Amino acid sequence: MRRGIRLAAPLFPAVAALGASFGVLARTAHLDAVAAVVMSATTFAGSSQVAAASVLGAGGGVAAAVAAALLLNARYVPIGISVARSFRGSVTRRIGQAQLVVDESWALSRGDLPILLGVGATLWVAWVGGTAVGALAGQAIGDTSAFGLDGAFAALFVALLATQLGSRSHARVAVLGAAIAALLIPLTPPGVPILAATAAVLAGGRRR
Amino acid sequence: MSAGWATVVAVGIGTVLLKAVGPAGVAGRRIPPVADTLLSSIAPAILAALVVTETFASGRHFVVDARLAGVGAGIVLVLLRAPLWLVVVCGALATAGVRALQ
Repeated sequence: MRRGIRLAAPLFPAVAALGASFGVLARTAHLDAVAAVVMSATTFAGSSQVAAASVLGAGGGVAAAVAAALLLNARYVPIGISVARSFRGSVTRRIGQAQLVVDESWALSRGDLPILLGVGATLWVAWVGGTAVGALAGQAIGDTSAFGLDGAFAALFVALLATQLGSRSHARVAVLGAAIAALLIPLTPPGVPILAATAAVLAGGRRR
Repeated sequence: MSAGWATVVAVGIGTVLLKAVGPAGVAGRRIPPVADTLLSSIAPAILAALVVTETFASGRHFVVDARLAGVGAGIVLVLLRAPLWLVVVCGALATAGVRALQ
């Protein structure tokens, strides 16, 4: 767990800043500060929260906001299955620990549960704390897109992907996954391209 | 319940369930070697997809914008074996810099 906290420390400022920008966005989307913080604490999945708040802010209604968010989080089914073996103990305990699975904790832990929980808990504090600051400070923070956080997270995923490219089989899967996602972006709602990219695993396996 | 709170509750419950499927449903079962290979390939598939969507997706549009500079900086730093925090910081600086020039 301590190793996980150390691994997550470098990401703490970026995740807190992203949390703050979600907090600001939530207020403009008519979510009160308490609702924004509760959402970060329970949902703990950045892109889906941003999507839900954006839909609400644009007047899209509850059903559309919920559908957009859950579609983005559908990737946690394959992600959860891929790390399922690391989880031990009662069902309640596993369900509780599973809430600390986010893209970063999953990718950094590579199947080591204490590391996953350490990274997840650290980033949870950053995310919830950042949301509270953003939701309360609101307008004082201004236009958060000027900070380039979106590009920072794209770069982070490059670094996390690089740790997974040890074999030719994984490299082939990554290229195909990227191609599927790129192709589907204009054709499907957000979330589907990521979910569909998991089909690329079928290109692995054969010939190492 | 306000629209905001209804969304918070529904997304919260839904996400808790989605995250629980694997760890609650699959954990502890014996997994055949073929499935094992497939499962270990999920990480590169999803992370590659996340790189693409975080870089180019804007809703349902494929756009090239300042984020590409952040990813470019990230790729260079990853090739140079830079630490993770430096990749994130330079990704933000490159994106913010290009965005400021536009």
